[in-house]
This record gives sequence, structure tokens and C-alpha cells, in this order.
Amino acid sequence: MRYLPKSQADREAMLREIGKTHIDELFAPFPPEYRLRGDLNVPRQMSEEEIVTYFKQRSEEMVADHTLMLGAGVYHHYRPVVIDALISRGEFFTAYTPYQAEIAQGTLQAVFEFQTMVCQLTGMEVANASLYDISTGIAEGALMAMRLTGRNETVIARTVHPEHREVMRTYTQHQAMPIREVGYAEDGRIDLKALDAAISDKTASVIIQSPNFFGTLEDVAAVADVAHNKGALLVVGIAEALSLGIVKPPSEADIVVMEAQSFGVPIGFGGPHVGVLATKEKNVRQMPGRLIGQTVDKDGHRGFVLTLSTREQHIRREKATSNICTNQGLIALVATIYMCIYGRRGLRGLAMQNLAKAAYAKSAFGKNAKVLFNEAPRFNEFVVQTKEDPKVINRRLLDHKIIGGLPLKNWYPELGNAAVWCATEMVGKEQIDTAAKAVRG
Amino acid sequence: MAYPAAYRYTKEHEWIKVEGDTGTIGITDHAQDSLGDIVFVELPKVGAEVAAHKAFGTVESVKAVSELFAPASGTVTAVNEDLASAPEKVNSDAHGSWMIKIKIKDAGELSGLMSAADYEKYVAEEGGN
Amino acid sequence: MSPVDNSRIKKVRQHISQNEGLIFEKSSPGKAAYRLSALDVPEVDAESLLGAQVRDDLDGMPEVSEFEIIRHFTRLSTWNYAIDLGMYPLGSCTMKYNARVNEVVVRMDGLANAHPYLPPEMAQGALRIMKTLADCLIEICGMDAITLQPAAGAHGEMTGIMLIHAYFDNKGEKRKKILIPDSAHGTNPATAAMCGYTVENLRSNDQGMVDIEALAAQMNEDVAGLMLTNPNTLGVFETEIHKIADLLHTKGGLLYMDGANMNALVGKVRPGDFGVDVMHLNLHKTFSTPHGGGGPGSGPVAIKKHLEPFLPSPILIEKGGKLSFDYNRPKSIGRVKAWYGNFGMHVRALAYTLANGPDGLRQTTEDAVLNANYIREKLKDVYELPFNAPSMHEVVFSHKLQAAKGVKTGDIAKRLIDYGFHPYTTAFPLVVADHGAIMIEPTESEPKEELDLFIDAMREIAREAQESPETILTAPHTARVKRMDETTANRKPILRWKP
Repeated sequence: MRYLPKSQADREAMLREIGKTHIDELFAPFPPEYRLRGDLNVPRQMSEEEIVTYFKQRSEEMVADHTLMLGAGVYHHYRPVVIDALISRGEFFTAYTPYQAEIAQGTLQAVFEFQTMVCQLTGMEVANASLYDISTGIAEGALMAMRLTGRNETVIARTVHPEHREVMRTYTQHQAMPIREVGYAEDGRIDLKALDAAISDKTASVIIQSPNFFGTLEDVAAVADVAHNKGALLVVGIAEALSLGIVKPPSEADIVVMEAQSFGVPIGFGGPHVGVLATKEKNVRQMPGRLIGQTVDKDGHRGFVLTLSTREQHIRREKATSNICTNQGLIALVATIYMCIYGRRGLRGLAMQNLAKAAYAKSAFGKNAKVLFNEAPRFNEFVVQTKEDPKVINRRLLDHKIIGGLPLKNWYPELGNAAVWCATEMVGKEQIDTAAKAVRG
Repeated sequence: MAYPAAYRYTKEHEWIKVEGDTGTIGITDHAQDSLGDIVFVELPKVGAEVAAHKAFGTVESVKAVSELFAPASGTVTAVNEDLASAPEKVNSDAHGSWMIKIKIKDAGELSGLMSAADYEKYVAEEGGN
Repeated sequence: MSPVDNSRIKKVRQHISQNEGLIFEKSSPGKAAYRLSALDVPEVDAESLLGAQVRDDLDGMPEVSEFEIIRHFTRLSTWNYAIDLGMYPLGSCTMKYNARVNEVVVRMDGLANAHPYLPPEMAQGALRIMKTLADCLIEICGMDAITLQPAAGAHGEMTGIMLIHAYFDNKGEKRKKILIPDSAHGTNPATAAMCGYTVENLRSNDQGMVDIEALAAQMNEDVAGLMLTNPNTLGVFETEIHKIADLLHTKGGLLYMDGANMNALVGKVRPGDFGVDVMHLNLHKTFSTPHGGGGPGSGPVAIKKHLEPFLPSPILIEKGGKLSFDYNRPKSIGRVKAWYGNFGMHVRALAYTLANGPDGLRQTTEDAVLNANYIREKLKDVYELPFNAPSMHEVVFSHKLQAAKGVKTGDIAKRLIDYGFHPYTTAFPLVVADHGAIMIEPTESEPKEELDLFIDAMREIAREAQESPETILTAPHTARVKRMDETTANRKPILRWKP
């Protein structure tokens, strides 16, 4: 086996040194009745070439060179080549969690930069070193709000991604946390009156997503007022991080949970992506996940360490703020490099391009079908209602190598033949025009 | 370190100074020494009820969390806010850095606590184990 | 203090290490590392589209050139230790070789750019990878079914314990407790608490194993299950595992196995065969997906038939050779993550499995156990073995012999850095007296030559502990930075750069 760096002679010599004659003597603790006698029933050992061929075949069974007009929680943006060049350095991708600060300053400083940039983008004061993704992050945000307020109910907008809502229900099912869902108004934003009615003096947090699942920007300040008036916290989820290049940060929120997949992370059939939770400084001790802090070494040199660890499971065990241990370190590095590449002006420029593409697409589609929630501000997604079932439209578009919008019927049957479409900078005018024609039905 | 004779002590290394029905509570010098550098003290709010021998807060070092146990039951009447920004005061002056003051509910509970001399002996024995 | 003697260090010499500030400190207006493509649609006015929601500026975000970014992160990378540089013997973390072919195949266009909402008929390749991996993992574990959805070990634990909860809910039983041995990882009790269970500690016997009598005494109809790591965190296989499983099952409880230490079992014995009802795997440990400085991971949960109805939704099904997802799962605990898990890790884990085959997987386990026992043999005269039971894939010593000179496990770890190694896991498991554990897991990836260098380093440090303890107490001496002021970092946290 080519990954194993030992000759048979090495193995025999080592066995002799420990006074054994056969390797199975080391497995004596396994009760004999359970020991495997034969081979596992898994595919035979393959050469590197065979492995590459196997996955090439699987890759070719997928649609690959199509244009994605499908977002709905993951976004197709250009990935600068610098990212893979850097994260492929073994010093990054084959390192462990930076527990030994003296020989992990590279990872530690990079994550400190990540935390800083997330704060700057979201308008929050502290950000953690990452969570698995936004879906689990929303759940962590809800639990954190419970700890901060000592209240136990959660109110969540129906315009939050349906899968994220589902994950939150799973996470909190044994926490005695009643969850109320609040519908949307005519403009595709959370219904503020219904929200006000749904919040009680037991509500720990109100959870919204902006841009929401329909692509509409929520009025964060207005929602914050409603929540704060009744002593509830506001948790804002941001699934499309690039929107923050041009959209005002949700500074009124108490907790922001952001998915940074847009920042250079491959869509990759749904993961790995990278969530991050940011909040106000006063809430830091109730945050889940790792935090990197700046300090000095004995000689006074600046350096970075894992800090405020007493919140975490390896110290506080059953009283920890979360059970999370492994996070998304390398993917956070991807996002960090991406944010450096585009930086202050590039993120804005790129966000403007997305805004332009979606605005153009929305008006092109609007000529042939009904664009829902047309009046509310949006970033790069919009909802189109058609006569035809969107699945039929999407099938037609495959001939043009376009993947169409996500049909909403499963989650929002009241919208009929509606689908949420997305136009990032990766979608050309030609494809938009083709798709717009196809929705005519 | 001399343990103030006016204080009473618990086996969990807290001290209490009793003046009328007010009890002032902190941790002993021995406790701060075994915890190491204290980085955070979490205390209840004024008005909270604490119960004898039950946890009322925590004290944290870099890699450990220890619970604080109440020497007596009562209602919290004051919290030492200084410790929020300067937890190191517990290290430098454990017997002067009080954590909470309570209105003692049942003075009878105090009889089970140790005197300074007994506590010193207790610490010496515990350390020898 | 006498000068530090580094003359006996064989593995490393010091070399130049570049200084590098924060990226923000290199920023100046007008520098850029990007050029946007030409826009083929009309430009828009953000203010008229977004109104009050328009952002004025991205204050503080860096402005740097492409080459500065390359240099910045390359310099940072050289400050890291990594498995590619040498042995990384962190116990319980299984730092093994991360094969490069895995990184190539995961970046193939059809996989890297696949949208999770592609209709199944257009995603057969990705689904086939998941199905093949699932089948391999089920076979390796000796279980009946699996979910690949959990994103990491702790996430898998949560899923597994929720499955147990759902199983009892379905039977109308309200059990309140989960038993957890005192040697367990902190994630175990944290997980049980998240799932609404009370944690009851189970003490170890003098061999560091589950105390069967204590278990018998504590096991009753109020206990939903036992979370057991096997081999446990001392690297010791619970030889009485069948008795443990029987004790649980007789009282209706379920056996959860934390698969963190699966690297000792693959191809030699299967948890499903010795009575485990539910377990998680760490693909980033046993199946070689890279740790990446703290993730991503992947924590599939394998189960026996009786837990199948409760698996997270959706589950992968095959009909007439076509794969798809089944969302109609009325008894499911629900979804634990958006989409289908960390698919990129599934690809890598399957590539690893295919590179090994059944013979390679078995040889891998044998080499991992051989390496740990070789280290044990070569160090047992200079470091105390707190428990004498046989070691599997990792060996746990204590600092007892060194502590007499004031040298503790954390100090020895820091000195190991000077010798060119990443430290072992320190101060865990907690069952080692005085928390002085020295927990070493070499994995199969180390050649004899590297092991001998490690053994030599540990022996030199043991000698230094007796002759010049100060050298160890002030280590590391050759790292870029000295010991960090963690106290101030905790008292006055600085968690972000500010202009």
C-alpha cells in the first residue's frame, strides 16, 4: 500500500523489538469471536490512475459546464486561482487545530484576520473562528439567545431558508423551545404586524434572513425595533455574503450568522462551506465555537492564541456553550484569502455587478412572466411566477446548458408556479435573455 | 498567608465575613493560589437567592472553571463590580476582594463553618494528601 | 540559568523565518488584487435600487495586490507545523497522511461545481460517490445503515444521541440519563446535554477500562444509553465489550460508540459485531480527509436496523440503478445540516478507501497499532505508564517521573517543539492522575526512521528533566515565538484588529 512507509523487514524488526512474533499478538485484546477472519467487502485496492478515472467518470455523470441561474442558499461566484495555490500548501491543509500556539501562528493569525474582516463586513464587534455552516449557525444563534435572555421561545420568519429552519428545529427539539413561524407581507418581507403579535415576554430571539429566501432585503432596522421593544434579541442570517459589498450591514442585530460560501468556496454539492457567528462584545462569553485572540509572547512579540476556551466542551463539558469542536478552519482560510483579493473596493464592485445582472434579469423576465415582490429591494435573486410548472421550463433550458431557478412549490405552495432565480456575475446577458424567453411558456 | 480570624471558612475554600445579618463572601488565598491566574469571575445579580453549599457563580482560570459555593443561604444585596474588569484582584488580595454580599437567611447555618485556625489545619492536611 | 543545550537535537536546525504583519497593515488605498470582468448588462445605480439599505463603504477591508497576498499567506504558512513536515502525534486526533490524489479528484468540475438542488437525474455521479462510500462505511463498521449528513464528530454525536432519543420516544419511554465514562472526550457530555439528557459519570477501573460492576450498579430503565469510546482515550480496547453491551441491552438501553479511535479497528474487528447500536466516524481522522487547521470534518453516523426510521432526512435510496433522495421520513429526527453533509469530505474519504482496498485498510490498522506499541516499548523505562493494559493505536504515559523535578506534561510538550515535533495531546484524558497525561498517537503514516527520531527526542527530554529541568520549563527556545501570555489574552480579550 503506497501510503504506508514501511518495508516488511521494518515491520518484522519492530515486532522483534517489542518481543512479539506476529502482528496479531497486538490485537489480542479483541475477543476472538469478533475478530475478522477474511477481507472486508469493499472495492479492491486501486492505482492512482484508476482512482482518477473512477472520479472522472462520476464527475462526467454530473452536469458541469452549465450556467447556474440557481442560488437558493449557495452562490456561484468566480474563484480566483490564488486561493487554491495558497490553501494547497501542506502547512495549512495538513495542520491540526492550533492548540500549540508556538507552532501554529500561521493558522492563528489568518483566523484572527478572518474574525476581523467578518466584523467589518457585518457591523458586529466579535466573530468566532467559524461554525459548520449557516444552517447549524442559525440553530447555535437561537440557543445562544436563549442563554443570553433566559427566555425560551423563538420566532423565525418563513422567509428564512426552509432547510435552515428545519435544522434549527432538529437542534432545539430537546430544549423545550417553542418555535413560532411568521409569514411574509406582500413585498416578500417578514410581516411586521404578525411579527409583533408573535413575540411574547418569553421570546428569546427573532430570526430573519437578509437577503431572504426570496432574495428580498429585510428591513433589519424595523425588525430590530419590533424585537427589541419586547426585550427579544434579533438574529440575522446572511446566506449570500457578497451582498454585504453593497448592502448596509445589519448593525442593529444582536447576533449575525453568516454563510461565507460565496467567498471563494466551491458549491461542491452542498459542502463543506463555512458559517460564522458574530455578535456584540458584551455577548462574547455565550458564543459557541473557537475564538482567536491577540496577545504577546514572553519576549513581547505579538502573537495569537485560542482564547476564552472555558466556554468550550473540552473544559466545561456538559455545561459548554456548544458541543462543537472541529469547525471549518480551511474553508475560513479560503474566505479570508478571497476577502483580501477583492478587498474594500473589489467586494463593492463585484456586488454592484451582481446587482446589475439581477436587475437586468428581473426586467427581462418581467416582460414574459410575473416577478413577485417586485417593489422590495433585492440583491441577486428574484422570484418569478409562470403559467407553466418551473420544472418544465428548467428542462427546456437544459438544451441551452442553463440550470434554471428553484421551484418553490414544496415550501410555499401558495405561490403556485413560482421559482427563485439567481444571477451572479457568472451569468452572461445571453443566458439571461435565453432564460427570459423560456419562461414565456 | 494569614487567614483573617474574623472570617469563617468552607471546605470548598470560600470565606464569609458576618456583620449583623450581612455576609460578605469571597474565596481564600489558598483557593486563588491553586486556581492560578484568574481571568474571569461570574457572579449572580443583586436580588438573586443563594443557598448554602450550592453554587452561586464561577471563577475561571485560562484552562479551568471552578464553581463558587455559598457558605450560607440568603439574598444577594451587592456584587463586587470591580472584578468584572479586574479579576486579577482576587489573585493579589483574595481576602480583600469580596465577591458578593448577602442578607443571611439563617444564622444557624454559620455554625458548621470553620474558624481560621481550623481552616489552616484543613488546608495543610488536604495539601498533604 | 545555564545556557540551553540544543546540541543533541537531531531532527531539525533553525532557519530564517520571515516576519509578517497583519494584512490590514499592508493595505493602502488604490492597491488591488482583482480586476472585474467587463459588464455585459447596463450598470445600475445602487442607491435607487436599494434606497436606505445601500452601504456607503467597506471601511477597514484590505486593499493589497495579488503578489502581496501570495507572500502574506505563504509567510504565515511557514509558521505552522504540519503533518507534511513531520510526525504529529496528537493522541485521539489521528494525524495521518492526506493523499494528494484526494485533492485532485474533489476539484473535478462536475463535483466541485455541482449545485445541491440539481435534480437527482443530473447528479448521479455525486450520489453514486455518496452511496459507494456509505456502503463501504457500513461494511467497515458492521452496521446496517448510515447518514453522511453530520459535518464533524461532535455533530455526529448529536445526531446519534438524537436517534437514541427518537427511538425511546417512539416506544413511549422517557429515559433521562446517558452514562459517560470519566475518560471520555468533552464533546460527549456536551452533546448529551444538548440532547436534553442528564449526564451520569461512569468511573474507570484500575486498568482505565469501564468498571463493569459500576456499570451494572448504575444501569437501569432510566438510562437511555452509554457513550463509549473504543478503544478508549487511553488507547485501551474494552475487552469486556460484550458484557458492556449485554448490560445495556438487558435493561433496554443502547450502546453508542464514539468512533474517534476507529483507526485501531478498521479491517480487524467491527463495532456492529460487538454490540454497538449507533456510532459516528470521523472522516477527518480515520479516513484521511485533511484537518485544515481545525476543519472541515465529516461525522457520518452508522446505525443498526432498529434506528433506521429515525435517520436525518433525506436518505439516499436506489431504485432500478438510479439514486435519489427520500424526503418522506415521518419518524426522522429531522435534518441536522443543510443539504447532504460535507460532500467534499465524502469524495476524499472514498478516494482513500479505494486507494487502500480491504488489504490496505487492514495493513493500515496493523501499522498504526505496531507504531504505538513500538513507541511504548522504547519509552516505558523513562516515562511512567499509568495503566498497564495493552495499547492499541495510541499510548498514554504520565509525567509522574518528571513531575518530581517540576516538569509537567505541558512543559515536555513545549520542549518537543524544539526537537522538531508537534507535541502529543497533553493533560487528557482526565483519568490520568494529576491530569499529567502524555497521549501519543503516531498513526500508520510514520516510517521507522521518524519514530526513532521521536523516541530519541522523548528520551533526551526525559534526561533533561533530571539534569536541567529549567531547559524544559522555559521551552520552546527555537520556535518563532516564545510561550504566549494567555492570561492577558483571556482577561482583556483582543479578538479583532482595529484601525
